[in-house]
Amino acid sequence: MADNTKTRELTCIVCPRGCNLTVKYEGKNVLSVEGNICPRGEKYAEDEVICPRRTVTSTVKTEDGGVVAVKTRETIEKEKMFECMEKINSVVASLPVKIGDVILSDVCGTDIIATQNRG
Amino acid sequence: MLTKELVIIGGGPAGMSAAIAAYEDGIRDLLIIERDDSLGGILQQCIHNGFGLHRFGEELTGPEYAWRYEKRVRELNIPVMLSTMVLDITEDKVVTATNSSEGIFQIKAKAIILAMGCRERPKGALNIAGHRPSGIYSAGMAQKLVNMKGFMPGKNVVILGSGDIGLIMARRMTLEGAKVHAVCELMPYSGGLARNIEQCLNDFDIPLKLSHTVVNIHGKERLEGVTIAKVDERRRPVEGTEEFIACDTLLLSVGLIPENELTKSAGVTLDRVTGGALVDQNRQTEIEGIFSCGNVLHVHDLVDYVSEEAEIAGRGAAAYIRGELVPTKNTTIKTDGKIRYTVPERITSDGDVSVYFRVSDVFRDKKVTVRSGDTIIYQKKHLKLAPGEMECVKLTADKLRGANELVFGLED
Amino acid sequence: MKKVAIIGSGVIGAMIARELSRYELEVTVFEKESDVAMGATRANSAIVHAGFDAKEGSMKAKMNVAGSFMMEQVCSELGVKYVRNGSLVIGFNDEDRAELERLCARGKSNGVEGLRVIEKTELKALEPNISDNATCALHAPTGAIVCPYELCIASIGNAMDNGVKLILDFEVASIERTEKGFVLSSGDGRRAMADYVINAAGIYSDKIAKMTGDNSFEVHPRRGEYVLLDRECGSTVSHTIFRTPSKMGKGILVTPTVDGNLLTGPTSVDMEDKEDKSTTAQGLAKLMGEACENIEGGVAYGKTITSFCGLRAVGNTGDFIINEKAGFVNAAGIESPGLSSAPAIALYVRELLENAGLELISKKTFNPIREPKHRFREASIEEKNEIIARDPAYGRIICRCETISEGEILDAIRSNPPARDIDGVKRRTRAGMGRCQGGFCGPYVMELIAKERGIEFEKVTKAGGNSTMVIGKTK
Repeated sequence: MADNTKTRELTCIVCPRGCNLTVKYEGKNVLSVEGNICPRGEKYAEDEVICPRRTVTSTVKTEDGGVVAVKTRETIEKEKMFECMEKINSVVASLPVKIGDVILSDVCGTDIIATQNRG
Repeated sequence: MLTKELVIIGGGPAGMSAAIAAYEDGIRDLLIIERDDSLGGILQQCIHNGFGLHRFGEELTGPEYAWRYEKRVRELNIPVMLSTMVLDITEDKVVTATNSSEGIFQIKAKAIILAMGCRERPKGALNIAGHRPSGIYSAGMAQKLVNMKGFMPGKNVVILGSGDIGLIMARRMTLEGAKVHAVCELMPYSGGLARNIEQCLNDFDIPLKLSHTVVNIHGKERLEGVTIAKVDERRRPVEGTEEFIACDTLLLSVGLIPENELTKSAGVTLDRVTGGALVDQNRQTEIEGIFSCGNVLHVHDLVDYVSEEAEIAGRGAAAYIRGELVPTKNTTIKTDGKIRYTVPERITSDGDVSVYFRVSDVFRDKKVTVRSGDTIIYQKKHLKLAPGEMECVKLTADKLRGANELVFGLED
Repeated sequence: MKKVAIIGSGVIGAMIARELSRYELEVTVFEKESDVAMGATRANSAIVHAGFDAKEGSMKAKMNVAGSFMMEQVCSELGVKYVRNGSLVIGFNDEDRAELERLCARGKSNGVEGLRVIEKTELKALEPNISDNATCALHAPTGAIVCPYELCIASIGNAMDNGVKLILDFEVASIERTEKGFVLSSGDGRRAMADYVINAAGIYSDKIAKMTGDNSFEVHPRRGEYVLLDRECGSTVSHTIFRTPSKMGKGILVTPTVDGNLLTGPTSVDMEDKEDKSTTAQGLAKLMGEACENIEGGVAYGKTITSFCGLRAVGNTGDFIINEKAGFVNAAGIESPGLSSAPAIALYVRELLENAGLELISKKTFNPIREPKHRFREASIEEKNEIIARDPAYGRIICRCETISEGEILDAIRSNPPARDIDGVKRRTRAGMGRCQGGFCGPYVMELIAKERGIEFEKVTKAGGNSTMVIGKTK
């Protein structure tokens, strides 16, 4: 029987601990995750081998010529980070802005929200 | 002269947490003095995520984390003076400060909490040969320009030092359209967190060149390039390994140092290794009533631990003001060199104590061991220990009873 | 009114400009850089030499002793910090001792006061941190320290307050003699007339002289690298410590600065490229090694703030080249002890002009006094509060490491000669000169410059030209 099991070594990025993870998987099936000390690590490892996801943080232009910090509310597909940046760069936020305000909705499957109070 | 029971110097994560903790412990006559025009300290420019997992169980950005505390400071009506710079502290706890509305003024405090944070090591300390053009920034200054002011320092970037701010800026500048050509690290291991190597460098195929340094700076007006080279075990450049990289920007991320000028002015003894004050388990310095916490005490890699430590200092200061902080013993903590330092450095009363420490090199399969005389009072095996990651050992009161001196070490 | 053009705004040009601003003249200073004090003045040992070093009877000896004598008064008028800390030339063996005796005799014949060779016990009492291997020293109590660019800026500022014009970014490309006088042309087509021209162009003074047909001398640059340490180390020594000069040169000095830092250097390498102000790894290593020999336990180079390089203008005659011919004055080849000699050179140049027929009528409005720019820093709390009450900007600290207020930075941008870039602010106020080297205050200083000069943030430079700090907005 041909064994299609693959193994990948990962560094977990969920928290600063940075656990070294070993993931065994076959196609889109994760068989095992080792090395994590919390369940978030397991989820990260699964995503990472099947469809890696990232939070994007950046700034958007504000109407007064300054910038305000923003992030994607949820993680987005890692492949779409630069697509997301294009959207972020295209918008001008009107003031005032409060933490949590939606600056742009439906970007790569989530919203761009403000992470700073301005104005 | 104005008097206050408690003056907290610095309104960043440490200062805010300490103030809230002291307030919640009953101190009402307190004041936070902050040099910037808003609370939050350096977190305001750390717009990336990864803060607060430990404290709040969710991933926040720097400004969001700061806001959680600022909201609380506002709810409690804790007095804050913004845009106010403390110029001097004396041993008898007189604080001299200045701002544009009051001028220079003095406050006599019963207790002081130092929470001034840290600063980046300057480039001069590196003595790189070559010209002194523009285009060379500390990673933190670049972070401020990009995230707060909305300006790009340059388009083609080399980063010297793999400290976390440098790694974070590698990703930030890449996302903003710059090309980061390399991160050079003098040491054979990274100074930053493993997760940041992964998500800030590997995600964008930015090479991390370990055991490399910048040996020459080119360009008379604006930076035109750098020469990098490999270094040997003694960290000296190896001839013949030089490589020129054209770039208009060099970011320096070679580490942080606690900003302790005020601490020194008060006559507080500093730890030569941490660069911060010598403290006991309450984060009280050798001068009674002066406490220190956060990055001014020792550089943390996690703001969550800064908040935790600041709460200890806040509660300690409250107890001191109430006259309840009476030392009952003096247990000193020593290290074996493999463990570089611990905080606190001494224990002055009974109770459980968490001791934070860093190692001096990358170690594998070692046991963190705490000895009291010939007795091992704590031992735990670690697969990997790295200088970039702070560790913590919790020692219980029963183990500490009767100890005169503790020695922290790594054993096989 | 007669027109006098001074080419170069280093400390020599600046002192000459100030000297001439006492008279009813139309004086213009032409500078190729975007600020004053950008050549050797910016990067040298910051020492007012006592005057025992130069050969008896030389211009160097005469100017040095006279200049050193005048310096304290000049600094007090210009509000420039001056500390007579005395200097010590230390010796390690009998050969050194013989040389020190010789220097002592030379100094006495040059007119230097108070020179004495002292023994180890006295040396150790004066400087407890000096190397235990030092056996004797030449003590020169009149040796002093001053900040060369502070002196230059104050001097040209005072000259401007008294009517002198400063034109920056004007590189003299040709000088023509016409019947009506000299015509100076810049590379970009600007022209200026002058009846008298003073060549104080530092390492380029030979090139300037040649424009008038004077091929009598050459000037080449000599690289001098320095390492500057944190103020924490400023009390390592209180005197300026020299090594006994040998065939290998004058050696590395260790000195406190007037601002309380510790300065070590310079290396000494003859160069060809007049623009190559780069430091070298070998040079820095050599200088640090040598400086450590002078101090017991070494110099704390872990506390380095910055390293830098200056190019000294070395003439091929072995002496200063100060002369006048048909209204054209050379003040060239002013290497060490140029800073110490500057006030005397200015007087001497005035005499040369007078002898050449320039009529000097004293200006009634001349004011020799320039308010010290460090006045605020050194004021009492009460005085500071009066200033802050009048101008709240003085209560706002911008540079944390050096505790420099917004008021002081604005003053540097607004007063003569105006700071136009980040390094200009740094040289005038010390903002950005501390431990963080501008990491915190840099963006604030940029904002102040942009606002005051009415330019966009992205147009603010580090040091003029193409030395931009940012390339544009992120979005």
